[in-house]
Amino acid sequence: MIEHDVVCPFCGCLCDDLELVCEGGKIVKVQNGCALAESTFMNDVRLPSPIRRTESGWEDISYTEAIKETAEILQGADRPLLYGWSSTHGEAQSIGVHIAELIGAVIDNTSTVCHGPSILAIQEVGHPGCTLGQVKNRADVIIYWGCNPIEAHPRHMSRYTTYATGFFVPDAQRERTVIVVDTRRTDTAGIADEFVQIEHSGDYAVLSALRAIVRGKASVIPAKVAGVSKEQLIRIAEICKTAKFGAIFFGLGLTMSRGKYKNIRNAIELTDELNRHTKFVISPLRGHGNVYGSNEVFTWMTGYPFAVDFARGIAFYNPGETTAVDILRRGECDAALIVASDPGANFPRAAAAHLAKIPTVVIDPHVNATTALSRIHIPCTAAGIDAAGTAYRMDGVPIRLKKVIDRGYPDDAEILKKIYDRLNGGKEL
Amino acid sequence: MTEIWVKNACVIDPIRGINGEIMDITIRDGRIVESVSDRADVIDAQRCLTLPGGIDSHTHVSGTKVNFGRYMSPEDMRAGRTKRKGKMHVTSGYYVPTTFGNSYRYSAMGYTTLLEGAMAPLEARHTHEEFTATPHQDMLANTLFDGNWAVMDAVREKDIRKTAAVVAWTLKAARGYGIKLTNPGGTEAWGFGEDLTGIHEMVPHFAVTPAEIITTMIRANELLKLPHSVHLHCNNLGKPGNYQTTLETFDIVPDLNPDRQTLYATHVQFHAYGGGTWKNISSKAEEITRSVNSKPQIVMDMGQIMFGRTMTMTADGPMEFNLHCLHHNKWSNHDVELETGSGIIPVTYSKKSAVNCIMWAIGLELALLTKNPYQCLLETDNPNGAPFVKYPEIIGLLMSKRYRDEECATLATGVEQRTSLCALERELDWHDIAVMTRAGQAKALGIINQGKGHLGIGAEADIAIYPIRTDSVDPAREYRKVVEGFQKTRYTIKRGRVVSRDGDIIVDGANATFWVDAKVPEDLRMENDPEFIKRFEQFYTVRMSNYPVQDVYLPRGRRIETEVFT
Repeated sequence: MIEHDVVCPFCGCLCDDLELVCEGGKIVKVQNGCALAESTFMNDVRLPSPIRRTESGWEDISYTEAIKETAEILQGADRPLLYGWSSTHGEAQSIGVHIAELIGAVIDNTSTVCHGPSILAIQEVGHPGCTLGQVKNRADVIIYWGCNPIEAHPRHMSRYTTYATGFFVPDAQRERTVIVVDTRRTDTAGIADEFVQIEHSGDYAVLSALRAIVRGKASVIPAKVAGVSKEQLIRIAEICKTAKFGAIFFGLGLTMSRGKYKNIRNAIELTDELNRHTKFVISPLRGHGNVYGSNEVFTWMTGYPFAVDFARGIAFYNPGETTAVDILRRGECDAALIVASDPGANFPRAAAAHLAKIPTVVIDPHVNATTALSRIHIPCTAAGIDAAGTAYRMDGVPIRLKKVIDRGYPDDAEILKKIYDRLNGGKEL
Repeated sequence: MTEIWVKNACVIDPIRGINGEIMDITIRDGRIVESVSDRADVIDAQRCLTLPGGIDSHTHVSGTKVNFGRYMSPEDMRAGRTKRKGKMHVTSGYYVPTTFGNSYRYSAMGYTTLLEGAMAPLEARHTHEEFTATPHQDMLANTLFDGNWAVMDAVREKDIRKTAAVVAWTLKAARGYGIKLTNPGGTEAWGFGEDLTGIHEMVPHFAVTPAEIITTMIRANELLKLPHSVHLHCNNLGKPGNYQTTLETFDIVPDLNPDRQTLYATHVQFHAYGGGTWKNISSKAEEITRSVNSKPQIVMDMGQIMFGRTMTMTADGPMEFNLHCLHHNKWSNHDVELETGSGIIPVTYSKKSAVNCIMWAIGLELALLTKNPYQCLLETDNPNGAPFVKYPEIIGLLMSKRYRDEECATLATGVEQRTSLCALERELDWHDIAVMTRAGQAKALGIINQGKGHLGIGAEADIAIYPIRTDSVDPAREYRKVVEGFQKTRYTIKRGRVVSRDGDIIVDGANATFWVDAKVPEDLRMENDPEFIKRFEQFYTVRMSNYPVQDVYLPRGRRIETEVFT
């Protein structure tokens, strides 16, 4: 059987044109997908049942037992942390927020270690953006800054930018100018019309230089800025100003390098400036398939996109204080529930080490590095494979993930709801 | 079976011609009935003002840009926050509250039905997700068509039937309620950073004009027999001198429907400016209302602004960028492929700004100069003009010349010469206010026969009981009591359940979402149109099969089916 128009839940591109061949309740072939999609659907190895750490190893336990013990751990905690959420659907995220509100927990999502700085910049200066189809149909200048979509978002260029045929850009390859800005020559740099190689930590200076040139102040720019020649900077600024429609996409090379959220602010302000000459937009390349959804759900429910602390009864937000990494690194947190993410692999060592010290429960379809730090791991469905639900693409377009096969696992939303009900004295949400 | 017997209610129900009668209202299973058994729960209204549940026919409370307004504004989230209390969830935000914040505060003010003013079809799923989290109001979504490529193609071909077919397909896919045009054509031009300056200017690349879009969509709307009319945010919003565009637009609207208006013009305050610059801007409310008073086919809403900080958010992307260039505050923009645009910036309306004072005066003038209150509804384009929690103050201003005079005395100098507000003696009465906050909305939206906006037998039991005794309060003098009274109902009843008492929500909500399934002849079904499908698959970034909103997003969807046209 062939399932058409399947949505790949892996990255923020949420490509929705995959074809999956299913036989006997299994996915046997992935068509139209990139290598990451193929791996997502084909290498889907899961635990058969929940497991609990023992003195010497692990034991299988029932879902009922695992849910009961998780509720007890959370109930007994003074400073519980609910973290992750970015690889599951909005329905599970929403119950997560309800749990956090009920028990006065901190709830945070993976933005904290990816585009958190982008959010901080947006909260200062806003976000001139658009849906990806605007770029596909209109953009004649594409800039990839501090990112490597060929590796991380393999179909971004073919579906939305460089190679995508658009209404006003019928001959994409010929009509589009692609600029890649990075500290190293990546595969993406290989296809650029203009590659701008910046010295490490030089992004802020280069963005400032471009802003100055766009504002007509080229005379103040020295011969080289962070390794980039003035001639190239002037050329880039000219390409941008004379574009019909320009789009900047940026990644963790900009958010997590020196300057962090100030880099993003500078890039947004460059975009703002360019809008006084032509049309320009900017967008983060979001990683996890539904990380943007976790921002959206958190925001309409609590007012904040990440790092929400309910300890005082109200929703309180102060990144740097209420962010998961900081709460763990300070050793403040005394129990953790990790859902649909892998902080064990992505967090700084001190933060991950604290997860191993406290009772940590993982709800995730797959065994990952966090499993090794946890007390209990509860396997569940994977959103977009054996569970349906809502995900938000990197540009905010909401897409319904499909249930392609049934593997007999409970949905994480269902597990979370049972935990909620126990915490709420048996009263249903 | 649940029954409620509301006794001693001082009822104003304009649709049924009831004006201040002391009477009982009986409710069974969510609807108003002839009588109830003696086991019914009794509410003694103590002769307090009792109205059908409030209806907001143009507000921004859910969806992509509203949520982005929250996302980018932690300063506002801090400005209004409440703890979990009983059945109430935590809330954050003042001018762009969280969904629960919106729902609780509207409910406390007696509002039971809201129309989200702007939903991009591509992002409709998001709007519906937030509707579900706005539990105490029934919801409807205006669906954006201002820059819709398929619509503009059909308009260019002068094909009303095809236009109607595209509308029907899109409304169904988005689970939308009615047609919204925001700066028609202008949002497409903004795709390349341009805007339009008049209704007869060509939309770049599409060879249609806003006037053609508006008139064709009006015809298509009536062909489809949609319950609501075309809902228009005129071109040139917020520009000095724009009243000319507004008048020109009103002049091309035919009178096609005996049951309601043919055009709903929204937030007209923002479209009623004289002068040519910010220095000589003036009120043209008299000219606008003269036009509306002579055209029963037009209903407008005020778009009142109130002083203080708020957030502007609209599909009108170019307007927001212009505003950003004036305010130099943060700016977000979000264009939606093949459909529309949007922008967001925070603003502060100040009494020290003559421009802001004139804007404030214009909204009130529009309401006071419109003869028939059914033609000028009370709104702030929440949160653009002010957050909706300011409605009671607006009611106070409309009912009291003294209150207006006291406010006028605090405004920037020079305002008096450029508006006529200070000279207006009219004071609206309780009945006018009931029309402007529920009956008028129900009629304009075409939901009277859905049991909304009145308290007749069979109507949905959506009722607001305010702690106001109309026989003992003189609104002209005691306007403070009026304002306080409208801020917090004694009881808000939603579909036969008391949901709010003295400002606190006491039950979990269970709202419904109304949407329109407009029927078209078999040969006009867009899902079978090869050219439509081809263009869709070529230019959108989602597959056509993944575009329509699934039923699971409307747990209590109420489908309104129209008759097939021929």
